[in-house]
Amino acid sequence: MTTAPLDKGTALKELPLGKSGLSHTAVYWIGFCAVMAALIAAPFALPPFWLRFLTEVLIWGLLAMSSDLLIGYTGMISFGHSAFFGLGMYGAAGALLIVSPPNLWLAIVFGLLGAAGAALFVAFFSTRLRDIYFAITTLIFSQIFYVIIFTWTAVTGGENGLIFTRPHFTIPFLVNARFTATTLHWFVLAVVAGSYLILRRVTQSPFGMVLQSIRENEPRTRAIGYAVERYKMVSVMLSGLFAGLAGVLYAVQNEFAAPDFVYFLTSGDTVIFNVLGGIGTLVGPIVGAGFFQLARQLLAQWFGDQFPYLIPLGIVFVAVIIFLPQGILGFARRWLNR
Amino acid sequence: MSAMTAPAPATNGPLVVLDGVHTYYGKSHILHGVSLTVERGEVVGLLGRNGVGKSTTLKTIMGLVQPRQGRVALEGNVIAGQAPHKLARRGIGYVPEDRRIFRFLSVMENLRTGLDRAGMTPQRRQALLDKVFAFFPVLAERRGQAGGTLSGGEQQMLAIARAMMLEPKIILLDEPTEGLMPRMVSQIRNIIELLHNEGVAILLVEQNVPLTLAASQRIYIMEKGAVRHHCAASEIDVHDPVIKQYLGV
Amino acid sequence: MGTIGTFLHAIPLDLIIIQTVNGIVAGMILALIASGLTLIFGIMDVVNFAHGELFMLGAYMGFVVFVATGSFWLALIGASLIVAILGAALQIVALRPLIGRDPLNTILATFGISLVLQNYALWQFGPVVRKIPEPISAEFTLFYLQYPWYRILITVLSAAIIGGFWLYLKYGRLGVWIRATAQDRVMAQAMGIPVPLVYTGVFAIGAAMAAASGVLFAPMVGVSHTMGLDWVLKAFIVVVVGGMGNFLGSIVAAIFISLLEAYATIWLDPSQAVIVSFVVLILTLLFRPTGLFVATPR
Repeated sequence: MTTAPLDKGTALKELPLGKSGLSHTAVYWIGFCAVMAALIAAPFALPPFWLRFLTEVLIWGLLAMSSDLLIGYTGMISFGHSAFFGLGMYGAAGALLIVSPPNLWLAIVFGLLGAAGAALFVAFFSTRLRDIYFAITTLIFSQIFYVIIFTWTAVTGGENGLIFTRPHFTIPFLVNARFTATTLHWFVLAVVAGSYLILRRVTQSPFGMVLQSIRENEPRTRAIGYAVERYKMVSVMLSGLFAGLAGVLYAVQNEFAAPDFVYFLTSGDTVIFNVLGGIGTLVGPIVGAGFFQLARQLLAQWFGDQFPYLIPLGIVFVAVIIFLPQGILGFARRWLNR
Repeated sequence: MSAMTAPAPATNGPLVVLDGVHTYYGKSHILHGVSLTVERGEVVGLLGRNGVGKSTTLKTIMGLVQPRQGRVALEGNVIAGQAPHKLARRGIGYVPEDRRIFRFLSVMENLRTGLDRAGMTPQRRQALLDKVFAFFPVLAERRGQAGGTLSGGEQQMLAIARAMMLEPKIILLDEPTEGLMPRMVSQIRNIIELLHNEGVAILLVEQNVPLTLAASQRIYIMEKGAVRHHCAASEIDVHDPVIKQYLGV
Repeated sequence: MGTIGTFLHAIPLDLIIIQTVNGIVAGMILALIASGLTLIFGIMDVVNFAHGELFMLGAYMGFVVFVATGSFWLALIGASLIVAILGAALQIVALRPLIGRDPLNTILATFGISLVLQNYALWQFGPVVRKIPEPISAEFTLFYLQYPWYRILITVLSAAIIGGFWLYLKYGRLGVWIRATAQDRVMAQAMGIPVPLVYTGVFAIGAAMAAASGVLFAPMVGVSHTMGLDWVLKAFIVVVVGGMGNFLGSIVAAIFISLLEAYATIWLDPSQAVIVSFVVLILTLLFRPTGLFVATPR
């Protein structure tokens, strides 16, 4: 990936004033609030199908964003996110099936634990490997998880997956309400937005700076004295956790868990969202996910369900890699990271 | 690939012309307007301290780096922007610093990389091989050996022999005597003279001043990415103040 | 001593021999696929995610040619040629622009290409599994089985293709060019070797090898659009275990893993036998990450 040179000094320098006289921070937060407002208002403006579509895009966006931490900030391309996503999904499914009445927070905890387990496994083996080897082994590992889930029918439902009911939104002693399409959308939005803010904080912290330094020049970073493997492992764990969270949200929204999501193609989709939207921007992958799903939906609507939408989208993807490696939001990358 | 597709050479002009060439490595500005010429069959020396841009000049001619500004011409035709493999076939031979022979290929295979060209009949191939083995008998002895097992001096000879396989009009020689024993240095001197007698032009980059002055007809001296001095080799000797200025420690 | 004797008696010897044969058959096919991958990676530094799809398209093209001509051998040659050209075209269009960029770009690009090719096959041929019949249906008796001669044939053919290519690499003109380019791309160019063309040629050859294995294997498993997916993962495992870029290593690894899997199916369900390759991979990564069969671990 062509990457812009690391500019460590920016965090320390004073933020320059933009042309309109507003500081970068002000413009950024105004933009953020505007986007949030639009997303909050969406349930009132969109028909049910599109609302659900938007909610799902947000979930894929969260998955893609988690992957961006690895690809865009640490410089490690991973095809393993299907494992994290899938285990988050199955973990949540487990909680929702075992405990009665199904508890939302327990589902989240189980899902995160499942994803963390997968992330630990992947992190342990893969972080010693560089670049291509890492990518291939994460791919293989995600397939290992797929095979296990697919064949361990007793626990995972095998090919058919698991079906369960959506839990209520509960705050002990305060609230116990069913999710409506609207409130579910707001819940997902809150989780995704919160995750974005957390990840943003992480990437701008000293830890995040080290990650980016690893991306730019790993041997150099090691030579300076950083325990590169440890940083990479933490990065994989964090990335896996948020991917797992996306899996939990997906399970809650759709009320089923299926092994298809653990197949490495899901990882492939995730990487596509990242590249299309622009790596290293956190927001870009969400946009990439939206673009991809929207294109897919429109193609299905115009040309029918059987239309092989991945042919034109695949070509677009390859074209983006060749001609627009920064992705849709890539031009705004430095701006978004300040 | 064949002679038919190469543009017709402009007659009477110099073989190689650099005019105001600026070359960058990323953001580093290495060559600041280098201008020099090499006539047909001439041996031209390029002297200068480490890091002044001598190797970069050779690489620019060979097409391994593209100049950002300026003109590079071979036989009157502009060659800047052409791929190196095309330039090799147009008659530019390159013998880099540190030789860069193909270590895991045998001596014979190393030679074949230049020998396997369109238009090379078996007779021509054999004649060329015979000539080169006459120049370098030790290579004939070692022809089946892997390039990486040769000594430093033998590798240097292989690198030059390999370039000769292209039947070049000009050979770009980058510091051929570096790291060689004095006995080998005089052998390099002989090889340069033999090549000169064959009519091959040579652009010789060297830090060894006496060798360069003895072997060349003209010399250029570079400093900080530009040519600072230019004269006939006969006009100058090792103790000249100019030499001390640009090459002295 | 007694327990060992009892243990040895418990292992069905004829089953072991049968599985050895099966393992070698599967191993040679896998070796043919993997060596194409290794070739492309070793020479061009490209991880060709689309390799499985080239295998799959080779099988489909073989099917098409077979339907048109009725000859298995024409199908084999025709498919290899068609896919070689396709591979060359893909390399020129999508991979040449990426030369010199971060190698991860090519992983992504080849991944994108694999998606396009896979969906194209689904769209063009539908989900129905196609059949290419074996060119020879004679069988011989192996213990209690009627074992098809065809399987022995494909083993021999795969070995012949790999061997033939290896010889060409060593002695042929293009072979010298390829090896020189692999060792020092810049110097190869300075010697007049048209490196971009060499890369295209290498990719085309790798694609042809994948296609050939697709046609050879098709009579055994049937032609479907998911063929590539099933094999590409195994091929990648083989390449990593054999040592990336190590031609001989990937062949040995392919046979090794296939043998282990074949033995495993004596006791395990076939869908679980794949775990074997995963285990081998994990062990390799833990103890000899540069490859199990690399002469000197670097």
